[in-house]
Amino acid sequence: MNTTDLHGLTGAYALHALNDEERAAFERHLTTCDGCELEVAEFTATAGRLALASTVRTRPVMREQVLQRITTVRQASPRTVPLQRMPRGARRGRGLAQWALAASVAAAAALGGTAVWQYERAQDAQNQASQAQRHVEDLAGVLAAPDAKSRSVKVAGGAGTLVVSASRDRAVFVASKMPAPPRGKVYQLWFADGGKMRAAGLMDPDRSSQAVVMQGAVDGASGVGITVEPAGGSKQPTSTPVALLGVPT
Amino acid sequence: MKEPVHIGTRPSAKSDLQQLLHEVALGDQEAFAAVYDTVAGSVLGVARTVLRDQAQSEEVAQEVLVEVWRTAPRYRPERGTAMNWILTLAHRRAVDRVRSVEAAAARDTKAALLDHQPAYDEVTEQVETRLEQEQVRRCLRTLTEVQRQSVTLAYYRGLTYREVAEALSLPLGTVKTRLRDGLIRLRDCLGVAV
Ligand SMILES: [Zn+2]
Repeated sequence: MNTTDLHGLTGAYALHALNDEERAAFERHLTTCDGCELEVAEFTATAGRLALASTVRTRPVMREQVLQRITTVRQASPRTVPLQRMPRGARRGRGLAQWALAASVAAAAALGGTAVWQYERAQDAQNQASQAQRHVEDLAGVLAAPDAKSRSVKVAGGAGTLVVSASRDRAVFVASKMPAPPRGKVYQLWFADGGKMRAAGLMDPDRSSQAVVMQGAVDGASGVGITVEPAGGSKQPTSTPVALLGVPT
Repeated sequence: MKEPVHIGTRPSAKSDLQQLLHEVALGDQEAFAAVYDTVAGSVLGVARTVLRDQAQSEEVAQEVLVEVWRTAPRYRPERGTAMNWILTLAHRRAVDRVRSVEAAAARDTKAALLDHQPAYDEVTEQVETRLEQEQVRRCLRTLTEVQRQSVTLAYYRGLTYREVAEALSLPLGTVKTRLRDGLIRLRDCLGVAV
């Protein structure tokens, strides 16, 4: 989708009428386009008025239940990293190749992974991003596995998709538009089984969109977590996960 | 129960909610109860219009309200009002739910979709809500037929713009444009400023 097309998506975006891929593409665009940012804010406020017009009465029991539930829910920590806007040139300079990678990988993930083109697309994009070929093969292997399953989650203001192939017993984590970790820190991936966290590799702190083949076998893990750790990673998580998601089955 | 807060029309109520949310972010459960009283009816209302089903709507509304508690520390006022932050989350979750439910079951027939009007079926005693409804109805009438149908199918039914295009037998580009210019017209008619 070219930029002109993207400018036209403000309305559909504000009404949550884009599919996941289009939304990811548009959100990427949004970080570089002040015009769209303003329009989206206005449209979101307009949609808010449609919502207010739908106000209904609530049952008192719902209030009791919600007020009860929150006593057991731990609050998220404030973001330590504001989603800072990089200088425009810097953004443009390194954005495209990465975006192509993330887009093709996300597309492959969305399709569940069977077709050859997914492999080729991942490969093309990967070449542009000048990454190691073996990583691509692992990546495409998982994404193209006939039994690949995926699940998406919001991560620290961006989005993440976990793709797992049971037959390969491997997992890929695809990050889209995640804010940079604090200086000197990295995002670390973990497999969670039972109450234990097993280290599964680090994400590249300089790239907000990337696909990472998780280290080690899935080996029956029930979930995957992401934490912010000191550069180089930790043996065990030292902070509250910024995201946790169940392994899709 | 407190009256619902208006966006843009009652700045004091708006900043009250923001202040309350700030206290919620510090773990204040009483402040959360006040936030609940201000927004729960609208959160449930959004879920109801999109999902139609009472039980599912309540479930989603509860999830959203708990999410407000959980993520209050991450609310950033410079990105929009507290009310919009919450209502956007509510709509997002309702749409996610309707898509996951409807992906499994068959979608409503085209006829049923086209028949759809925003359903303010609940009799409300809240004057402010009724005024809001009147204003929204009036402004929706200023839209062209295609604009109005596109906006209502997307917002009130949770359709993607591709599904809207299919339902209305229109080209994708047309729906994309009608959503945008429909919202521009609504924005101006409702006097929305950010
Ligand atoms: Zn733009």
